[in-house]
Amino acid sequence: MKADQEKLLNSYAGKIPLSVLEEIKENVPGTISKEKFQEVMDKCLIAYNNAKVHAGECVGLVAAESIGEPGTQMTLNTFHLAGVAEVQVTTGLPRIIEVFDARKGIKTPMMEIFLNKPYCLDVEKLRKFAATIKETKFEEFVSEYNLNIFDQNLTIKLNKELLDDNDLTVKDINGIIKTKVKNFSVSITDEVIVIGLKGKQDEIKDLYALKEKIKEVKVKGIKGLKQVLPVKRGEEYVILTAGTNLKDVLALSEVDSTRTVSNDIYEIYNVLGIEAARQAIIDEVYKVVESQGLNVNIRHVMLVADLMVANGTVKGITRYGVVSEKASVLARASFETPLKHLFNAALEGEVDNLTSVVENVMINQPVPIGTGLPGLVTKMK
Amino acid sequence: MTLDINKHHLIPKHSKLSDAEKGKFLDSYKIDIKSLPKILIEDPAIVNLKPTAGDVIKIERESKTAGITIYYRAVING
Repeated sequence: MKADQEKLLNSYAGKIPLSVLEEIKENVPGTISKEKFQEVMDKCLIAYNNAKVHAGECVGLVAAESIGEPGTQMTLNTFHLAGVAEVQVTTGLPRIIEVFDARKGIKTPMMEIFLNKPYCLDVEKLRKFAATIKETKFEEFVSEYNLNIFDQNLTIKLNKELLDDNDLTVKDINGIIKTKVKNFSVSITDEVIVIGLKGKQDEIKDLYALKEKIKEVKVKGIKGLKQVLPVKRGEEYVILTAGTNLKDVLALSEVDSTRTVSNDIYEIYNVLGIEAARQAIIDEVYKVVESQGLNVNIRHVMLVADLMVANGTVKGITRYGVVSEKASVLARASFETPLKHLFNAALEGEVDNLTSVVENVMINQPVPIGTGLPGLVTKMK
Repeated sequence: MTLDINKHHLIPKHSKLSDAEKGKFLDSYKIDIKSLPKILIEDPAIVNLKPTAGDVIKIERESKTAGITIYYRAVING
């Protein structure tokens, strides 16, 4: 493509989106004359403007139908992958509902950890690294608990082999236990930990409570990563995890902090911000739609995602989320729990200006969409 | 912590509009700053821009359909 053609093409930036300009650039033959090229560009601009959504088009309704209809087919298509050695992840309709409701505490939190070189290519290094980030609790190293009522103490026997496998020594455990256990006397000899009562008023049931508490103490790894699984993705290896902790994982120097993601929208929102959350919503929903072999235009998903993040925080499509922000009482009442909304509105003396769609349907008036949108203004003389 | 989250692929480029740019932008769309979508002042992606409430943040999103789209958000106190 010649320089003056390139110039002409670039003068349309802002009027025509970048991806369309690139498509024109690819498909127009290089030998085209300037006049012809101008004609092509003019036609493209007209075609693009005609393809735009018209003012008053009810895009939300179209999006709801376009996502909802394939959703009905998805319900039947959900299946479980029994015996597959991957981390079990919620997919299908349950996952879509989870994302659109913007639930806190999702069913199967999961991370995809990408690694820097050389970890992403070397299996051995990768395995070692994976073992270090897995959250390991104290109870995994215990072979025997013994609550001795006669001596009023708790004896814990450690499993030496497991400790060696994890590159831990009794000394490490000693340090962790000493910082976590207070108000009790602790003595450690070899692999045996003896915890006794200190104060006179303490009872044996305190020891029992301590035993339950001590089981959950984190010995090593990153909090929340319950399972780690190295998987090959194309040329490189990545680590899939059950449980998430995006903030701590991104801080590790071995981790590629530009690509590592979690599937928890709230976590992404807290760590990476609102725009990242929007992108994550689109990615997560579209991943499910594609995996089910359905065909939903991504623009619908983008519209819903934009709505969910419009006020700076992630709001679900629920009566506590975006619906609660609607200005009209009748619109809120038409979604869920109508009586609650009507009573509260009556108590507060709320005014409904009937500016939106649902409330106008309810009172049998033309709705402000399409040709119902423009109003007539008369100049009074 | 030296981690720069703005290099993350999920985060599009954020930049702050100057006062002149902001006025021009609001005029060109004939809108009030209140009608813009919001972003919280403590949002991790904009802390290094040191925004104040009432600023307009320009966001250059990579879009699957349009290549690059430009979006604007008004900074609000959380």
